[in-house]
Amino acid sequence: MIEGARARIGSALTTTTLLTVAIAVALALSALLVALTHGPSGSVVSSLYDGSVNGWGSFGATLDASAPLLIVALGTIVTVRAGEFNIGQEGQLAVGALAGAMVAIRVGGPGPLVLVAALAAAALGGALWAGIAALLRYWRGIDIVIGSLLLVFVAGQLLAYAVNSRWLVQEHGPAAQRQAESAPLPSGVRLPRLGHYPNANVGAGFLLALGLAVVLAVALARTRWGFRLRILGHNPVAARRAGISAAVVGAAAIVLSGACAGLAGGVMLTGTAFRLTPAFSNNVGWTGLLVALVARNDVGAAVATALLFGALDAGGGFLSTVGIPSDLVPVVQALVVLGVVLPSALTRRRAARVEATA
Amino acid sequence: MSDVTTILSSTVRLSVPLAFAACGEYVAERAGTLNLSVEAMMLSGAYAGAIGSSVMHNAGAGLLWGIAVGVVVGAIQGTMSHRARANPFVVAITLNVLALGVTSYLADTLAMHAHQAGILTIPVLSHVPFVGRPLFSERWPAFALYALVPFVWWVMQRRRFGLELRAVGENPAAADVSGIDVDRRRRQALLWCGALSGLGGAFLAVGEVGTFTTNMTAGRGYIVIAAVIFGGWTLRGTIAGCFLFGGADALRLALPAIGYTLNPQLLVVAPYVLPLVVMAVFSVRRRQPAALAQPFERASS
Repeated sequence: MIEGARARIGSALTTTTLLTVAIAVALALSALLVALTHGPSGSVVSSLYDGSVNGWGSFGATLDASAPLLIVALGTIVTVRAGEFNIGQEGQLAVGALAGAMVAIRVGGPGPLVLVAALAAAALGGALWAGIAALLRYWRGIDIVIGSLLLVFVAGQLLAYAVNSRWLVQEHGPAAQRQAESAPLPSGVRLPRLGHYPNANVGAGFLLALGLAVVLAVALARTRWGFRLRILGHNPVAARRAGISAAVVGAAAIVLSGACAGLAGGVMLTGTAFRLTPAFSNNVGWTGLLVALVARNDVGAAVATALLFGALDAGGGFLSTVGIPSDLVPVVQALVVLGVVLPSALTRRRAARVEATA
Repeated sequence: MSDVTTILSSTVRLSVPLAFAACGEYVAERAGTLNLSVEAMMLSGAYAGAIGSSVMHNAGAGLLWGIAVGVVVGAIQGTMSHRARANPFVVAITLNVLALGVTSYLADTLAMHAHQAGILTIPVLSHVPFVGRPLFSERWPAFALYALVPFVWWVMQRRRFGLELRAVGENPAAADVSGIDVDRRRRQALLWCGALSGLGGAFLAVGEVGTFTTNMTAGRGYIVIAAVIFGGWTLRGTIAGCFLFGGADALRLALPAIGYTLNPQLLVVAPYVLPLVVMAVFSVRRRQPAALAQPFERASS
């Protein structure tokens, strides 16, 4: 017991140290890139700071950006625990947002009720889209990585089609004024905020994500379902002997991660975007996937990592105010990922070697 | 008739960069690495190609820069996933994000005057009706493809190196026992993939377009992966897939001009839906390299 706790604290310490070093290196390299192109390299760090955590307004923006990343990451953790590797979150998020938008825009009724229905529809949309990949995986034997990857691009075109067609989510108006985007969400169908912008300001989306994280952490650690997932992920043969059907438990994990990605799309739609555009998903699905993997499939670490990536996203908006293209944000994020993944992979490799020679 | 020739011409033009990269991805996947960073290789190759031809005032030099940068991306992918043992998909997705960010950032901040490769017309063959002009009057680097495809086939099917690569993709444990360094072969396959994908990207920049634009590969790297899957992991099928998907792209661009209306999204999704349909209907999995996307762990004895 104590041994386990010690190992946990040790692993948390390692993760924290790695993250800190990786962030420092990523920021330094990014500043170097800016310096090489004769930009204001000194402002990289300060403007990222100003835009992400300096003041309640920026902090609210950070929480808003973290919420969908965390929700996507939570779903990813479930599939990885089950030994599956759904990488189609980007598409599942888009389809979820589309389903949510259709409910939010087309269904009338009291705001809060429609809001809940829209979020449920978003989760259902993402689950359905992941379900296709799960079906192909268990019925036709198509690798989940390949299936879910290819479906990302189909989802992108589905979204592009939907925002361009009048009968789905587009605004009804004169043709000349119509753009490739959905009608705005009715004002009642929006996630509430605690506090008023630009002061202390927390979107309900983040609280939802946090609640989901707690529920999931408990479910994974304490329930029979979490136990089955783990067996399946660790040893599929033992799982079969124990009567755990890979097709049922594995497919359910994939569908659940799709539901999370879809819900993330719904939270973006009702929390910050309020309308659908062709580029709606904006790499959030990919980044959420990376959050889960940087956090090494630990729910607590995923919360911290999602906050960090959300902070980088929110801070990125401030880069352009000092004349640095905000394209630098994905660069910083990618460098953080490489900076975390590389040393931890090396540590694990060394440990494996020591074990092998012992 | 001229419509047919025009569509064929743009089919070839749009397929060639895909085919260059697909020759690389084919090698990588046969060696067992489902390499998702083709997009990063192509995009950084495109940028390097444009900046190289701009600095050296020579389109050929641009292509070499593209190859070199593609190799660097391949080396990062290989080192991270087959030496440090990081998850290859994480590395690939990260590299894709990184390449898009860096090239967009640099494209915004550095000006360039890329040189476009000249058009080379083969005298007699280009007069063949319909296919003459599309196939034999091209930007000169495109002709390299006619040599590259047989060369890749020869290396993979007739050389010991190719045999070892395929062995590593089919049965890494057996390959390991017979003295082949599995991870080393996979890293080498990724270098090939990087070189050819970088070439494909550079061709896009200095052959087809003549400059670099932000995100100019626009998912072509993923279409290349789809082409290898569509082709059932054969070189023939892969190249056919590239021309099919290039054709779909050409049709999408040409149809409105000729006066047909077809939902453009339908043609854009073709490269992604067709491989899934083919795999689902024909159970292509049996032809997939047996160890595809599975990291090799030497059993500890």
